[in-house]
Amino acid sequence: MTAPEEIRQSPFNVTLRRLMHHRLFLLGLGLVSIVAIAALLAPWIAPVDPNKLAMRFKFRPPDGDFIFGTDNFGRSLWSRVIWGARLSMFIGSAVVLINAVCGTAIGAAAGYFRRLDNILMRFNDALMAFPAVLLAIAVTAVLGPSVNDVIIALGIVYTPRTARIVRSSVIVLREMEYVQAAVAAGAGHWRILRRHILPNAMAPLIVQLSFLFAYAVLTEATLSFLGVGAVPPTPTWGNIMAEGRQYMIDAPWIIAIPGVALMITVLGLNLLGDGLRDVLDPRLRIQS
Amino acid sequence: MTVLIEATGVSKHYPVETGGMFRRTTTPLRAVDNVSLSVEEGETLGLVGESGCGKSTLGRLLIRLLPATAGNIRFGGTDITALGGQPLRNVRRSMQIVFQDPYGALNPRMTVEDIVMEPLLIHGAKPNADSRAQVSDMLSRVGLPARALERFPHEFSGGQRQRIGIARALILRPRFVVCDEPVSALDVSVQAQIVNLLQDLQAELGLTYLFIAHDLGVVKHISTRVAVMYLGKIVEVAEKRALYAEPRHPYTRGLIASVPVTHPSQRARGRAERQRLEGDIPSALNPPSGCRFHTRCPLVQPICREQEPATREPAAGHLVACHLA
Repeated sequence: MTAPEEIRQSPFNVTLRRLMHHRLFLLGLGLVSIVAIAALLAPWIAPVDPNKLAMRFKFRPPDGDFIFGTDNFGRSLWSRVIWGARLSMFIGSAVVLINAVCGTAIGAAAGYFRRLDNILMRFNDALMAFPAVLLAIAVTAVLGPSVNDVIIALGIVYTPRTARIVRSSVIVLREMEYVQAAVAAGAGHWRILRRHILPNAMAPLIVQLSFLFAYAVLTEATLSFLGVGAVPPTPTWGNIMAEGRQYMIDAPWIIAIPGVALMITVLGLNLLGDGLRDVLDPRLRIQS
Repeated sequence: MTVLIEATGVSKHYPVETGGMFRRTTTPLRAVDNVSLSVEEGETLGLVGESGCGKSTLGRLLIRLLPATAGNIRFGGTDITALGGQPLRNVRRSMQIVFQDPYGALNPRMTVEDIVMEPLLIHGAKPNADSRAQVSDMLSRVGLPARALERFPHEFSGGQRQRIGIARALILRPRFVVCDEPVSALDVSVQAQIVNLLQDLQAELGLTYLFIAHDLGVVKHISTRVAVMYLGKIVEVAEKRALYAEPRHPYTRGLIASVPVTHPSQRARGRAERQRLEGDIPSALNPPSGCRFHTRCPLVQPICREQEPATREPAAGHLVACHLA
């Protein structure tokens, strides 16, 4: 028998145990997992080409043949929504990745090297002054309407927000006494950032990135819906809803089903983010 | 006795923006103002003063944790004021610091072994069996069990964390250690253990301490000499016995009077001759003219408001900056 004190109480294990007891986090994780698994398994669970036209099956409501029904061109909505999930998840992850890398780099540079702070943050403020959707439209207008361009646009829109959060953590952490102790021991800037500052700045960053995933998915759908995202017939949820909008009265399932999928994804990500925030960064709970 | 570390005319000014939105001016906050101080090899110099008087800043200036605005610092005979890069790193090996807050001083995401080993790695050691042996040896010297190695700081009490902080400071075998209020945040029962540990380690490893504290009680126990600081200036330095028996600066007398007595019978006797400190420490942004202590001094004279007192040496080794002493 192992004595309880033999279990390694690393901060990571403690966090994991608390998350596993947070019910809303688990619900969020479940919802996001459903969407993520559907996205990963798309070629197997939705083998019908999402762009395959079949005019004789158009406007079929959900039934035994077509689980989610068909749209105005007779395309299987099941296929289109599942492949849309794949795109949403891909775009969301790519934007989160860009943000994690660029936001951390810019935020850490601004917070740690105070001389860079003014230059980087004024530029940041300028980008943050635009409404997110408007700025994304402007960037896609310049770059073009492909999936990759949407990812770059959303990366540019959200990176300043991430950078600001990382910067504020770094400013607090660089004054901590363990950082001073590392300076006194002769540690260089790179070691201090990598070993002492960034690992301790991760908690608010992870919380931010989970919410950012939701924003990215939502904004991508908005861009598609407005016709400035990935071009039709690319099966994004926004595109499906934009086309379904015209037939909302007669074939409401075309717009409702991708809408519900979007809602489940965003709700799941928000619950996930709330849970992470409660566990990783309890002080933030008071503000909301 | 040889001088190990010596500060001459050292100042630390922080620019502070004052005034409204449109008429900004910067006023220097004189945290440490033209201070000269030396610490002799093997001694413990106690540095006392109220919160905000600049004692921690002075300690950090001495070991180059903060850049000085003016003055110079010599360590073991070499001027280290403007060192940088590798030469500074080499000097840092010999000068370490123990912090006040045992909770903020240890990285919560590192194990005790990583925390104590890091200074070795910075100075070129590899994380091999030899480094591990040095870390275990240091942990046993500070009185921590070997099973502490794999644990994280949050699993320890305040006193144990302070031991970890001491192990980290001593792993490089420094000659000079700044103890920045190392026991102020601890329970009284634990304070004595840590002070005794610091004394034992000093004897074992031949250390020199600058021991910073905000009251004279702890300092009386551990110090060889004591320096008293007020609002960025050193007002009195003397050998411990001389300072407690014959304090010359009115501020030192006030500090001694504010140490609680240990027995009720001493209370009545002490009360008559006590000069308690009244009021708060003035702002270092706008320090009083002349002698900085004149706003609170019970013996204030007209000259104190006009002229800053020079540091004099009324008895051998006893320095005081007061017109009346």
